Order: sequence, then C-alpha cells, then structure tokens
Amino acid sequence: MEGIPGLTARRPSAIDRMRRDPGAILGFIIVAAAILIAFLAPWLPLNDPTDLDLDNRLLPPSAEFLLGTDHLGRDELSRIIFGARFTLLMAGSTVAIIMFIALVVGSLSGYYGGWIDISLMLVVDLLLAFPSLILGVAVAGILGPGLMNVMIAVSVVWWASHARVIRGMVLAARQREYVEAARAIGASDRRIVVFHISRNILGPFVVLATLDMGWIILGIAGLSFLGLGAQPPTPEWGAMLNDSRSYMQTSPLLLLAPGSAIFLLVLGFNLLGDGIRDMLDTTTYR
Amino acid sequence: MRRYVARRLATLPLLMVGISIISFLLLNFAPGDAAEITLKRQNSGISPSKEAVAALRQELGLDAPLPVRYGRWVSDAVRGDLGESYRTGSSISGELFRRMPATLLLATTALALAVAVGIPLGVLAAVKRGTWLDTACRMLALVGAAIPSYVMAPALMLLFAVKLNWLPAIGYGSPEQLILPAVALSFGTMAQLMRLTRASLLEVLGQDYMRTARAKGLTETVIVWQHGLKNALLPVVTVLGTSTGYLLGGAIIIETIFGWPGVGHFMITGITQRDYPVVQGFVIYIAVIFLLVNLIVDISYRWLDPRLHFDRQAT
Repeated sequence: MEGIPGLTARRPSAIDRMRRDPGAILGFIIVAAAILIAFLAPWLPLNDPTDLDLDNRLLPPSAEFLLGTDHLGRDELSRIIFGARFTLLMAGSTVAIIMFIALVVGSLSGYYGGWIDISLMLVVDLLLAFPSLILGVAVAGILGPGLMNVMIAVSVVWWASHARVIRGMVLAARQREYVEAARAIGASDRRIVVFHISRNILGPFVVLATLDMGWIILGIAGLSFLGLGAQPPTPEWGAMLNDSRSYMQTSPLLLLAPGSAIFLLVLGFNLLGDGIRDMLDTTTYR
Repeated sequence: MRRYVARRLATLPLLMVGISIISFLLLNFAPGDAAEITLKRQNSGISPSKEAVAALRQELGLDAPLPVRYGRWVSDAVRGDLGESYRTGSSISGELFRRMPATLLLATTALALAVAVGIPLGVLAAVKRGTWLDTACRMLALVGAAIPSYVMAPALMLLFAVKLNWLPAIGYGSPEQLILPAVALSFGTMAQLMRLTRASLLEVLGQDYMRTARAKGLTETVIVWQHGLKNALLPVVTVLGTSTGYLLGGAIIIETIFGWPGVGHFMITGITQRDYPVVQGFVIYIAVIFLLVNLIVDISYRWLDPRLHFDRQAT
C-alpha cells in the first residue's frame, strides 16, 4: 500500500494546520508584538507618558512626538505604548483571577455534583441574570474609581459563564474511562481532578482564556472610558479615548490612536483564540 | 413543552429574589449615609447636625437590621417605588419611566438594523462560500467583534457629523438624530448575527434533507430561503436573548456619548454624581427586564424547534 497518493498522505499535524491559517498567524504576531513592546517599554527611548507640558498641548505628529501630544502636552506615542503595558497587565491579571475562580467552582460543581452543584450553579445563574456590562458598571460605580475596583468589578461579573462551561467539560470528562481507571488504582479525588481531568480540559480552557483577554480588554477600557477605572495621569486607552472626545475636531489622532490600539489588540487575541480552537479541532479535515 | 415552561416559571421567583438581594446589597455597600445626604440636600448643602441625622435615620428606619430593611425595600419595589434620588429627591421609578421610551427606541432600532443587515449578509456569505464576498463578510464580522462601541461611536461621529456634516451628532427628537447612535449600537450585534447565521446555515445546508430537496428538483433559491433558513434561524433566536442584554448595556455607553436622554445616561449621571439609589434602581429594573426577555426567548426557542417542542416521554 505504500506510495499510493491519497491513501498514504499524512494527515497534517496541528502545527501544520496552524501554519496554513493566516488569521491565526496574524493574531499571534499581533499579540506577541504587543507583549514584547509592553514588556520592553521602560527601556525604550520614550518620553515620560505622564510628563505634563502645557506649552506643547495638542501638537500634530512631528519628529519629536511621533503621534503628537495630548491635551496636557503629553507624548501620545509613549502613552499608547505604556498603555499597552498597563492594559496587558490588568487584563492578564483579571483573566487569571476569573479563570481561577471559574476553574475551582466549575470543577467542584462538575465533579461532586449534588448539593454543591445545585447551590453553586444557583449563584452562577443569579450572576448571569444580569447583563454583565450593567452589573460591572454598577459595581465599579459603587466601589468608586480606581483600578483595583475595576478589576474586582469585572472579575465578579465575568467568572460565572466560564464556571458553567468548565462544569460542563468536567462533567463530560468525569464519565470517561481514565477517571474510572485512576480511581481503580486508588487515586484520591483531588489527584483525579488536578491531574487527569485538568489535562484533558486544558485545550478548550486555553481557547477560552485567550478569547477572554479580548473581552476583558474591552471591558476594562470601557469602564475607564466611563471614568470608573484608570484615573489620570495613568495612560490607559479607554481613559485616553474619553479625554479625546472634547478635542475630536482639532486632533482626531487622539481618538484614532487609542481606538486603533484597542481594536488591534482585541482583534489579535480573537484571531489567536480562534486559531488555537481550530488547531485543537481534529475532527474537521483541512 | 409544558413541563419546561412550568419549570422555568417555578425558578422565576427564586431568581427574582436573588437579583433583588444583589441589587439591595449594592446600595448597602455604597459609601455615604442616606439620611445625612438627604438632609444636606434639603438644607441646600449645609451639613446637618448629628442629632438631625440620627432622628432622620430612625424615621426612615435605617437603624433596623439588614433583613428588615431588605423586606421593606422589596415591598416598596414591588409596588413600583424604587426610592428617591439623592440628588434631586424625585422618584426614581418615575424618572426611569420617563426615560425608558428613548432607550427603547434606540435599542429596538439597533436590533432591527442588526437583524435586517446581519442575517441577509450571513445568508449571502454562506451561499457564496469561498468567494471574496464571503471573505469580506467574515472580515466585517471580525472587525465588528473587536471594535468597542466607545470607539465606533466617536469615530462615526467624527466622520459623519464633524467632517462630512451629513448627520447631526447630538440630540433627541428627529429621525436623523437617531441614525448615528443606532448604527453605532447595532454594529457589534450585526457582526455576531452575521457570523452565527452563516455558520448555522452552512451546517443546515450540508444536511441530508437538503440533498432530498435538491433531488426533488426544487430551485436553489427556494431551498435556501424556505427550507434552509427556517432551521438555521433557530440558534439565532437564542442569541437574540443575550443581544438584548448587550444592547441595553451598550446603550449606556452610546447614550452617554451622544447625549441620548435614556435610562443608561441616567444611570451614568447617577454614578458620576454618587447618586447611588439611582444606580440600584436601574440595576434591578434592567435585571428584571433582562430576565423576562430571556425567559420569553428561551420558551420561544423551544416552541419553534419541533425536536424540543415535545417533552421527552419517559419509557
């Protein structure tokens, strides 16, 4: 049977499939570039993003200020770059918190079932009964301005739907043979969940986390846009957008720069997440 | 079907109680003392004496234990009294009632736009799969998902109102003033509907009964629009439920940007002016609406899908 094309063609591996997916590649490039730039920001030759210079307000792009200056004379380019650093850190931490809570709740719920499941899912349903943005704005509004509060607000509102999804995955994984086998050789519940089940839900979990970065970035920027999150002089894209509204006519770049930045980064994460999901999907032949 | 409806209706009161507790707790965690703020307002900004505050607290029942206060708040809320604004003293439910039409107008127009544009584009993308039209639509969907409303709205404002001067930017009353906010709000949902319709229709078109229809000699148009679409639209109906929540939430931002006098704008001013009863009233108001809409959508979905319409018979 060797040498017959079609019968012996090797099924493309995961990496091969990813290579053929232009969207995923683009997403990866965007995210990797953003992380790199954000990480290197303090060492790059940039002006201080919080440096006020009222003599140089609202300047158009020039050699010294590649994206011009904002309404308080600060270098727009460095604000965007430090904003990236800021956004990635905040969104990353928030996603980590959300995923942690959702994992714990979802696993407990899915694995043990019974009362634990019923009561936990009741809390989840309650949280899901509110439109998330509204609840987020309400909680952030009540807690007051500040980044910590925004992170708390977004985390509280967002973990619920993921908990549900993880619970579903754990439920499905629990039925599988490897769990029975593990139990047969005497593995404790905790070991089964942490080792065996976790490794099998890792794929969809990574997809969820990646796509979530996009949503969380939008959420945090949105709350900052409404004045609830980052406070001046912190360079945060949502807050920068809000500031730019008054100067839309004279300096549209102040609107377009953070707007494009948000758009690009979210797009990058979305493409990357979709790409990873397609990569893990071994059922569709490509 | 009936069992499902019964089950959902049974959990409704429990959920209502839950969201009322959460909304009640919101105000509780807010800083500031209600009695002190009320007196301050009534005395034109002069800080009241401690005795006056204590007296008012007792009169308003603010000294009572938490469950008692909750019970009183619920009984008021059920009768339509959501308290008074810290800032103006006017009835919150009255204000919400007055402002709701504006928000409804915006949200329904946005939803109509999203459906009218998103679904046909999705059908088109599915039918012309692989062509540049399909790719263009999918790009549009990706862009729509990544651009937040608070970027889209000012950008639209900048282009159409400021630079081109075709449409008015701010204001409420004339149809032209509705266009920009509605389009900005509809974009995200439009992209989502387009993507979902395309995926759903593609899946449906691959099914066996489609082959049967073609074998029977029906034209492609009839096949796609009559048989295919009817079934493909089922998942879209469920998305309409969550879209309502998204639109109501997105309306907050759009209303703030365009100065649209709706409930969302009211809530934001409430937040910026630390008028916490307004925030609380708004949250429970929207939550109840959202809950009911989702209930209706879920039941409609089960009613429309013949596979789910009939309860599974126990054997």
